[in-house]
Amino acid sequence: MELTSDRFKEHAQKALLDAQLQRALGNVEKGFIGKRQMAADALPEFDAIRDNARDIKNHTLAHLDLYLEAYEKKVTEAGGIVHWAENAEQARAIVLDICRKAGTRTVNKGKSMITEEIGLNDYLAENGVTPVETDLGEYIIQLRGEHPSHIIAPAVHLNKEQVESDFRRVHTHLEAARDLSEPAALLSEARQVLRQKYFEAKVGITGANFLIAETGSSVIVTNEGNGDLTQTLADVHVVVASIEKMVPTLEDTAQILRLLARSATGQDMSCYTTYSTGPRRKGDPDGPKEYHVVLLDNGRSSMLGTEYQEMLRCIRCGACMNHCPVYQSVGGHAYGSVYPGPMGAVLTPSLNGIEKTGQLPNASTFCGRCEAVCPMRIPLPKMMRHWREREFERHLTPTTARYGLKFWAFFAKRPKLYRIAASFGIPALSVLGGTKHRFRSLPFAGGWTRHRDLPAPQGRTFQQQWQQREALKQNPSQERAA
Amino acid sequence: MNHSTTPTPSSALTPDPENRPRVALFVTCLVDLFRPSVGFAAVKLIEDAGCEVHVPAAQTCCGQPAYNSGDKTDTREIAEQVIEAFEGFDFIVAPSGSCGAMMKKHYPELFAGDPAWEPRARAFAEKCHELVSFLTDVMMVRDTGAAVSAEVTYHDSCSGLRELGIRDQPRKLLNAVEGITIKEMQDPDVCCGFGGTFCVKYPDISNAIVTKKTGNIEGSEAEMLLAGDLGCLMNMAGKLKRSGSTVEVRHVAEVLAGMTDTPPIAGSGK
Amino acid sequence: MSARDSILARIRKVNASGGDEEGRRQAVSARLSGSPRGIMPKRGQLADTERRELFQAMAQTFGATIAEVGDYADVAGAVSTYLREHNLPASIRIGDDARLKNAGWDGERTLDVLHGASDGNDLVAVSHALAGIAETGTVALPSGADNPTTLNFLPDHHIVVVKAADIEGDLESIWDRLRGALGKGQMPRALNLVTGPSRSGDIEQKILLGAHGPRALHLIIVD
Repeated sequence: MELTSDRFKEHAQKALLDAQLQRALGNVEKGFIGKRQMAADALPEFDAIRDNARDIKNHTLAHLDLYLEAYEKKVTEAGGIVHWAENAEQARAIVLDICRKAGTRTVNKGKSMITEEIGLNDYLAENGVTPVETDLGEYIIQLRGEHPSHIIAPAVHLNKEQVESDFRRVHTHLEAARDLSEPAALLSEARQVLRQKYFEAKVGITGANFLIAETGSSVIVTNEGNGDLTQTLADVHVVVASIEKMVPTLEDTAQILRLLARSATGQDMSCYTTYSTGPRRKGDPDGPKEYHVVLLDNGRSSMLGTEYQEMLRCIRCGACMNHCPVYQSVGGHAYGSVYPGPMGAVLTPSLNGIEKTGQLPNASTFCGRCEAVCPMRIPLPKMMRHWREREFERHLTPTTARYGLKFWAFFAKRPKLYRIAASFGIPALSVLGGTKHRFRSLPFAGGWTRHRDLPAPQGRTFQQQWQQREALKQNPSQERAA
Repeated sequence: MNHSTTPTPSSALTPDPENRPRVALFVTCLVDLFRPSVGFAAVKLIEDAGCEVHVPAAQTCCGQPAYNSGDKTDTREIAEQVIEAFEGFDFIVAPSGSCGAMMKKHYPELFAGDPAWEPRARAFAEKCHELVSFLTDVMMVRDTGAAVSAEVTYHDSCSGLRELGIRDQPRKLLNAVEGITIKEMQDPDVCCGFGGTFCVKYPDISNAIVTKKTGNIEGSEAEMLLAGDLGCLMNMAGKLKRSGSTVEVRHVAEVLAGMTDTPPIAGSGK
Repeated sequence: MSARDSILARIRKVNASGGDEEGRRQAVSARLSGSPRGIMPKRGQLADTERRELFQAMAQTFGATIAEVGDYADVAGAVSTYLREHNLPASIRIGDDARLKNAGWDGERTLDVLHGASDGNDLVAVSHALAGIAETGTVALPSGADNPTTLNFLPDHHIVVVKAADIEGDLESIWDRLRGALGKGQMPRALNLVTGPSRSGDIEQKILLGAHGPRALHLIIVD
């Protein structure tokens, strides 16, 4: 997708005025937050497992080169093929080549953010291979020509009436008078339409939640079963995964799985967790005949050893965006990037550079709720602050903000001057506040007073009053004089 | 005099005037400029807890606006100035979770790897406390002796809650105030949309967030809103006032100190 | 340089900067051979009876239904009961699993038992699980001719037979079983961990059962 993060403010403005979107965004809070809390509370070891999961990923990242090599060896032993891709372009070309060799005109896709990141669908379509998204949410947004607005709930920005109208527009072969007013009817229609597709495509593409060095397995975690049908019924299964999906052992997946579904949807375990290791074996009556893994770097290795390394622990559960007051207000499309919300605000500048994406790490109140719920204990606000530092160092911060800050800092660093300025300015401002002690509009404070009043200062500053109090303590006779 | 030990509850109740801990009040820029009454309420609470209060003159701001804008150079200069002015005291107390967290959590990070300043920042951070948690966790105050008749709702400011773990402390002290009933709002722990410079950089998003918050405040049917951070309070008060609400808005210290004779930040009560 | 080599070189430049390459290699091989378990939730660590009860309770929480039989010979009867109760035609598909061979099919004269992978035209399939996981009410289904993977996903109704003695407390115990059967570092082509029937929350975040996989999951526990 085209990166439009530099227009975040404009997108956000529109999103706030979009009544349809605002109604849909209400489902984020209802659908995720309470459920996550209940699931986490029901597992007393949840926080201890979070610590362990953080340590597992830290260990893996510190030995990533060695685990990647071990993984590659195991995949090969199992009859699979590992392809390495430096960037999106290489990854897309590898996938297209596999499709061409398989002689397929369509490919089925399980839900995968990494293929969004590399812009795979558009590329395949331009090259004569039709991608079919099989996850219900992904299918809906594909019909609409949109991109996911959430990493685990791609169509969370839509209401059922919108889905109904899309289905009526596209599924013209079905009875026009059919009742689609209930979500269950929409689900059943999508099941029916997509069921055909599973048997038509020779290639099935999925992402991976984990790659396991011990066994050369890839793991997908889903609720619908579409990912499994995609990879089981195709002749060729292609896994596209970025290098930080690596974990050492099966046990490590068991640990992180206890966090993933609870953090994402509030389930103890998703319906289907599937470990895939190589292609169909001797005697197997089903399963793909070829198994390929496209191992993608696309900027990850350059994050190692930097202050953004911890972002590579992310397991894409979406808890940070579910709990983010900014995401809840504007939705995922406003971010103008593949990954929205707090994790996107850290990851997008790493992948696409800070020049066009500086708004994202700035659009946070630093309320810290994302870090508080992150199963992998990623310090998201701290890393957003690091991006602001990079911006400031490179003079990318907007000029007015920069001058305002420098003006304020000039006084903040000179306490005496600050006190003198405040002792004149503040009482004057207090008087201007009038009998209602507030401002409905103030020059230079339009950002504040557009939506709220500014309470007026009480009068003299605390410092002024305190100094007087101390002076009186020293010399009580002054009180009578005053 | 050696004041390095934490006083026991009994010493808090019957302070030895010779051995009272010397507390430096970091009044915070917003309290200094906009609402000095919060500062005086803090002074009263700290003195009543058996401490001697000092207000170092060389204080302006904790540096958070610069820190959160990515301006590390200015942040460091301001932080050095604060540490120099305050490190000689037994405790540093601020009537704000966000300034408290800045000094306690972020100063050591800011100076990480600096052989001269990191140890000083760490020693300084050890002695830093947000006002209410200082009263309950350090001075073991259980009852501030105040009497204020009101149904109140309490907003957990983000930094205090998530960086310093302040949630039960203010509620415990409020419950001990004669005449106070706490009526919890929905989602008291969700951000009010202030976020320092965020509210002026992204005023419309901030407005959407504070609109939800004031809806929850009104929904609690409390007559008074309390919180421990003046920034959040001014944001919520400004929104309540603009929307014509009568909910009275005050800093929690004012109620705990029984100093509610000043006009509130917003609202008229019932 | 190939993509592989340049990616690995970049990672190595950072990771090997400490200088202790031998130590790093040892750490990796120790972890791969040792497979440390991490934090084990108390929830699943129970005696046999309680573990079975928890398995049933958790599976039901996630939408599975359950029947209990005393013997493999009673499985066919339990399957027929399920079909009748759900007004389903008397036809099922199974794999080559030896334990399902002698499940009493002969006693169900009207039941049509088809064998092998599914082509999508089966309403009901019966599989045998490697094991159950009490902690989450999950069944573990390895691929192969015994229990073809297509049976787990294509039919509307999936009936899974699990032996009571195969109900483990946790996922970690499954790894031990698989290593015991296949050897360390080996996995079946596919291992499906199934917890309840398929579902989707993609429309207005309301959870609906029966997305692309089975609409119903029925477990038959054999004593």
